[in-house]
Amino acid sequence: MMSDNPAMLRVRNLHKHYGAHPVLRGIDLDVAHGEAVVVIGPSGSGKSTLLSCINFLEPFDTGEVRVNGEPIGWSAGAEGTRVRQSERELDRLRAGIGIVFQQFNLFPHMTVLANLMEAPMQVLRQSESAARKHALALLEKVGLLGKAGAYPGELSGGQQQRVAIARCLAMRPALMLFDEVTSALDPELVGEVLAVMRQLRQDGLTMLIVTHEMGFARDVADRVVFMDGGLIVEQGPPALLFSQPSAARTREFLGLSTPSTH
Amino acid sequence: MDFDAAIFREVFPALLAGALVTAQLAFGAALLGLVFGLLGGLARVSSNRLLRGTALAYVLFVRGLPLLVILLFLYYGLPSVGILLSAPAVAILALSITNGAYVTEIVRSGIESIDRGQMRAARSLGMSYALAMRRIILPQAFRRVLPPLTNEAITLVKNTALVSVIAISDLLRAGVDAMTWKANTFSPFAGVGLLYLALTIPLLVINRVLEQRYRIR
Repeated sequence: MMSDNPAMLRVRNLHKHYGAHPVLRGIDLDVAHGEAVVVIGPSGSGKSTLLSCINFLEPFDTGEVRVNGEPIGWSAGAEGTRVRQSERELDRLRAGIGIVFQQFNLFPHMTVLANLMEAPMQVLRQSESAARKHALALLEKVGLLGKAGAYPGELSGGQQQRVAIARCLAMRPALMLFDEVTSALDPELVGEVLAVMRQLRQDGLTMLIVTHEMGFARDVADRVVFMDGGLIVEQGPPALLFSQPSAARTREFLGLSTPSTH
Repeated sequence: MDFDAAIFREVFPALLAGALVTAQLAFGAALLGLVFGLLGGLARVSSNRLLRGTALAYVLFVRGLPLLVILLFLYYGLPSVGILLSAPAVAILALSITNGAYVTEIVRSGIESIDRGQMRAARSLGMSYALAMRRIILPQAFRRVLPPLTNEAITLVKNTALVSVIAISDLLRAGVDAMTWKANTFSPFAGVGLLYLALTIPLLVINRVLEQRYRIR
């Protein structure tokens, strides 16, 4: 079930509250180098919050997140205390973690090419020619080389999401997070985005994917994690989890009949 | 009506000189007001409570006071605390403080109108808050607030008329002087009106050009 590779992502006892409402109630999760893990679960189960906590866009309350061995968010201080990392340190760590959002969030005032070149040039201080070369290669990879000069508003939702994926890849992230990236798309546009993600899977990218696309999860995932109520209920290889889940809650979510007790 | 073309032609050069002073005051105050407004707007959306509170106090204070009061207060008040500024400097200061308060609210509303996902996306790519503001949020906000900023610029040009009370030979003052000198109202004031319009209408044209140029496709 778990790969022997060292963990690219390591989450331990993660808790997060919004006011009095607990959203994450103690998450433990590992993602190995090159592994693709898919998180499923009902709305409000904390899946998206988990992703936002991993790159500390949402500060978590307690627990630990390590990406490639480095803690993110909080560092150990003197005598068992913990210190919130500086914004500069967080920026550096976030640059190595890609996240693709449900709503694309492309920069509408920039061309597609400029969207891809912005962070590599401004954050990584790449030269314009190096950033351009890499951006064009990535646009070719997602099948949108012809749209380099277009503005996001001129693209379909599926095309925008492929650009958003390429924009993340431009930073050469060690880990990519996908937050329901096909949920805002018309059904006929879902396939082109999933095809790009399958390609990334074949390239060996480490991915943590929140999705409602069960067929895709079954095909692509090395491991499927089922979350409910801010907890991981169970996890396992897709073949096992989708056909013979051990928890009643998982069976209910997947619409499987509960074995009779008689 | 006492319009007289000969008087109009005779006083027009003096009015033109006054219009130049008005234009200079407005231009200086607009630039400085934009600086105040940008800083104020950024402070208004800051996570720092002190900055937010200071900016809010600035806006409430200035918007609640007549410009004429601020102008006279600075003109007569600053020398009493040992700060000696020329009349045009006081005028630009008063106009820009006032203009800056309104621009602060325009900048704040512009920033807040940009989808939160834009800041999240920028930060997730490793951009700092300042970099994300400068490269992602403000350029989009600027396009949205061009129309209200243009309105403020026009208001600013018209507000400069108040500075005639502190011995500055602006357009209005030149008109009043010409009226007294020639004992004629309509001839100089026709020129005053035309020259104010010559200052304000181009701003609307500039707004139109900028809106076209920075349109988001």
